[in-house]
Amino acid sequence: MAVTVSNLAGRKNLWPWLLLAPLALYLALFFLVPLGQVAMMSVTEPRVGLDNYEKVLTGTLYRRVFINTFFTAALVTVCCLLVGYPLAYLMNHTTERRAMAILLLITMSFWTSFLVRTYAWMVLLGNNGPVIWLLATIGFADPPGILFTRFSSTLAMVHILAPYMIMNIYSVMKKIDPALIRSAESMGAYGTSLFRHVYLPLTAPGIANGSVLVFVICLGFYVTPVLLGSPTEQMAAGLIGHQIEQFLAFGLGSAMAIVLLIVTLIVLWIYSRRFGLDRLYG
Amino acid sequence: MKPYLQLSGVNKAFGDFVALDDINLDVEKGEFVTFLGPSGSGKTTTLMIIAGFEDATHGAITIEGQSLAGLAPQERNIGIVFQNYALFPHKTAEENVFFPLQMRGVKKAEGLRKAAEMLELVGLEGFAHRYPKELSGGQQQRVALARALVFEPDLLLLDEPLGALDKNLREAMQIEIKRIQKRLGVTTIFVTHDQTEAMSMSDRIVVFSDGTIEQAAPPLDVYHKPTTRFVADFIGESNLLDATIRSADEGLADCPILGQVAYRTEGQPRLHDGQEVALLIRPEHLKLSRKPLEECRHASMTVETIVNYGDNALVIGRKDTAQIRVRVPGADVVTLEEGDECHVNWTDHAVFVLEH
Repeated sequence: MAVTVSNLAGRKNLWPWLLLAPLALYLALFFLVPLGQVAMMSVTEPRVGLDNYEKVLTGTLYRRVFINTFFTAALVTVCCLLVGYPLAYLMNHTTERRAMAILLLITMSFWTSFLVRTYAWMVLLGNNGPVIWLLATIGFADPPGILFTRFSSTLAMVHILAPYMIMNIYSVMKKIDPALIRSAESMGAYGTSLFRHVYLPLTAPGIANGSVLVFVICLGFYVTPVLLGSPTEQMAAGLIGHQIEQFLAFGLGSAMAIVLLIVTLIVLWIYSRRFGLDRLYG
Repeated sequence: MKPYLQLSGVNKAFGDFVALDDINLDVEKGEFVTFLGPSGSGKTTTLMIIAGFEDATHGAITIEGQSLAGLAPQERNIGIVFQNYALFPHKTAEENVFFPLQMRGVKKAEGLRKAAEMLELVGLEGFAHRYPKELSGGQQQRVALARALVFEPDLLLLDEPLGALDKNLREAMQIEIKRIQKRLGVTTIFVTHDQTEAMSMSDRIVVFSDGTIEQAAPPLDVYHKPTTRFVADFIGESNLLDATIRSADEGLADCPILGQVAYRTEGQPRLHDGQEVALLIRPEHLKLSRKPLEECRHASMTVETIVNYGDNALVIGRKDTAQIRVRVPGADVVTLEEGDECHVNWTDHAVFVLEH
């Protein structure tokens, strides 16, 4: 009898792993194996050695692209925060109905394919598009081209990534105990000092989560910067695609991909080490 | 002399629902007043109006004659301890206590020194640099208390602050809060639905029901001389028996259950002959015996249920249509069994009359 019971218990402990197996197998086969191949290529193509990494880490073009990638990701993150925080605040402080309406608009845009959204921006910002037309109408004699600039790609990326920021901040704001705000008020805290000393720190976990998510996604963004951005201000993913599609430089492209991956992992590691904020506030 | 805190004619309506109906209350400086009542009786609403988080529909609130009307919560100089303490999770105990001083523009060095003094007063020296989540429930409670007192508020409001603590800790905190309140002499309003808390801590209890004040009196008066049936029922256990006044001058009433009963006349409202009233007898003022006790009034009853609590027992008996509850010391109950006939005895002094 006792044996049966312990057998059952043993089998019970195996269950989660059994349920996890299909996904684990899938990920191993279609994600880890190809990733291994990429790593392999980076040190074997066109010949065995670390030449590719040397190029990536020392070449001025590559360094410029990496710096540009980081700069753009940071810029997009800051813009998402500037757009997202007030919107999340508004959602949390308006009527339930209005909050739902805003949420619906955000999710509708969020669920639309980002390829579609990218093309929509191309139409809007193109030389024959409504924005240029409007600028010409209100008196710009020779309106500057907006498409294919840092401005257009940043604008579209902020549009695409802002929902991540908004959702993260909104969910944290919603959980703030109203008694905390009341108690701060009873102790004499007004508008700005209430915000600075109480509200902002309480929403910091949402800001940190949203920012990391936006920053990391932005680091590897391919379609939008390639289609909308300035060709002279390429981002890493775009350059990797270029290397592989145009120059068939599989080794070099792979090395860049690995460097980008490592940098992304470092960002995530720093985040979980230093800003494990939800644990602190739990 | 004018009262320190005065609520006069305070009304509060949410749409058609009247949450508070004509609340009048005077509180002396340094007094510890408890708002007691079931949930939804208006006690917390009154507290929130005093704090400035809700506006009264009508009525005025003054502290030392100064009206609080139009003052934001920030301008009222009132310390509040919330139900779940509402400590800032991102600030240490010390920073939490410093916060109200910081908001008043007190310099950091001086503010932190005051915060440390206050933490010491509430018995938390050595915990200054802990975050709230690193403190136990009772310790968080003390931090919240220190934070509400550190800026020397004109008034301290406590909104069911002990609800989340377990029984032993709750009793310890009752004594602790009382000690600190006495020491600082701060005028305090304490909201609770727990009658033992109210009895043990207050200078005065204000009993709320349905948005009105039923009675405001010292704890023992509320217990022994309740003015309404609700108060008698809500505070402590009670036997309430219908009766008719036979002679108001002699203090005699006719009770269908107990027969002719003499009642305590001092502290009693004016009664008139033939008036329908209720007789209040507390279960601990009744005595059970096999044979009637001398020098006591008595009636016979049948024991229906015995509930043992160890140190005492509750005996519920039946006499005609009425249930009679008797508290007996634990040892006495041993000889009784359910279904036994026995006598219930009382003295005239135990009978108090309530107007209907």
